[in-house]
Amino acid sequence: MNKQIICAVSSQRRKYLVKNRRQKIMTLVCQFSLLFITIFLWEALARVGIIDSFIMSQPTRILRVVTDFRNNNLLLHIGVTFFETIVGFAIGVILGNLIALALWYSGFLSKVLYPYLVVINALPKIALGPVIIIWVGAGMQAVIVMALAISLVVTIMEMLNGFKNTDAELIKMAKTFGAGRIQTFVKIVFPSNLPTLFNCLKINIGLSLVGVIAGEFLVSRAGLGYLIVYGGQVFQMDLVMTSVFILAVLASVLYYGIVLLESFVMKIFSHKK
Amino acid sequence: MGEILCLKSVSLTYQAENGEVEALKDINFTVNEGEIISIIGPSGCGKTTLLSLISGLESPTSGEVRVGGHVVKGVTDKIGYMLQKDNLLDWRTIRSNTLLGLEIRKMLCNATVDYADDLLKTYGLWEFRNMRPSQLSGGMRQRAALIRTLAAKPGLLLLDESFSALDYQTRLAVTDDVYGIIKRVKIPAILVTHDISDGISMADRLIVLTKRPASISRDIKIEFSRSEIMSPLQRRNDPLFREYFNLIWKELDVHE
Repeated sequence: MNKQIICAVSSQRRKYLVKNRRQKIMTLVCQFSLLFITIFLWEALARVGIIDSFIMSQPTRILRVVTDFRNNNLLLHIGVTFFETIVGFAIGVILGNLIALALWYSGFLSKVLYPYLVVINALPKIALGPVIIIWVGAGMQAVIVMALAISLVVTIMEMLNGFKNTDAELIKMAKTFGAGRIQTFVKIVFPSNLPTLFNCLKINIGLSLVGVIAGEFLVSRAGLGYLIVYGGQVFQMDLVMTSVFILAVLASVLYYGIVLLESFVMKIFSHKK
Repeated sequence: MGEILCLKSVSLTYQAENGEVEALKDINFTVNEGEIISIIGPSGCGKTTLLSLISGLESPTSGEVRVGGHVVKGVTDKIGYMLQKDNLLDWRTIRSNTLLGLEIRKMLCNATVDYADDLLKTYGLWEFRNMRPSQLSGGMRQRAALIRTLAAKPGLLLLDESFSALDYQTRLAVTDDVYGIIKRVKIPAILVTHDISDGISMADRLIVLTKRPASISRDIKIEFSRSEIMSPLQRRNDPLFREYFNLIWKELDVHE
């Protein structure tokens, strides 16, 4: 397909395409080189002794921790963090959208609650940690509530803002057919805010992870956040670094999961792109 | 001829925080079966407000609006209201867009869907039924929007500057198109415009409004010499067109 296109074009076009392609390949090559050189230097300097691998850890040691997953319960910790993040995220998105709907539905309610939302939004939710633990009990539920606390208000604000900025002409059109508030929401407001929703999901998946790790720092017997704190306390930097790396991978997997979901939904939703 | 719409000393005053705005003042007119009426007035004079009143989106401060003998209270399915933009939903296909009105009114059934499909076929959109609005030209989109409105079989059609978003050439073509459709379906229509030519080219009667607060300054019957129905484009080429144009131009000028 691609080749056919290239065959049928002028020489300038071909030159442009070749240049474009070369640039893309160069970018990829440099990106991978950067990663490998960093890892190589880290390993080499640690072996020579310039870097103290007790404090900085070392790629091969990290690899050893990862490959030893049968004995050190790594998979369990990953699973726990993953589960807590997904649950906190899902509740945050659903609850956030429902509350945003309620606030959109009732302009009065929205006006009354707006200043409170702004204050709660600005409040660093981690400060609520001890309160949450006392209220819901130490354990997984506290971690999930922490994740929820961080992502919920953002969801409400983002979605409400999107709902309120829906094209007024579209809403008027629905009204000319006698659409009520709920019909308007289902047929016009929510569908036109799908891009808002996905933006919100992308922000939220990261925030939920922040909430989960913060929660695990405070109370937990398992999870990557727990591993990091534990590793720090017993001065096992290998464990800490491994957890951080796995966390980075987990965060990107979750993010690209949302991106995939978005392209899937948008494909069904519209033929464009 | 039966009376479709009747406005009796209708006035509307908006209340706002920094005072009140008198939008409409003592408006009286009627629309009979099969009539097409143009309402012309300076921009911002309250033309759209007038349509909102007739459609039931807003209520008058005093006076009454009757459609088919009944006082308008809220939106009814007797009235089809077409806004300035086509407002087609891009996440729906053309066909699904034309069914939106029926869907909202909970009137979806085989008979109504068949009727909407017939309209699509009659007006050359059937082949495009599975396309998205963004894939169609402005004129076709406007036609799809008209079908969406007509699918619910309204007894009165309101057009609010429905062609002003189109470029001049498309506008002339679409005006011809829509005029043909309205005449064939034999539905009375009120079209609001600030464009004198557009108004004259379609209307049987032309109502000129004053500046805000709008009241009726003139109610002119538009009659072209030929007995058969003339399309808007033919009208534009008729010598009488100029005369009407100048008459209305002066009428609007008086109130500047």
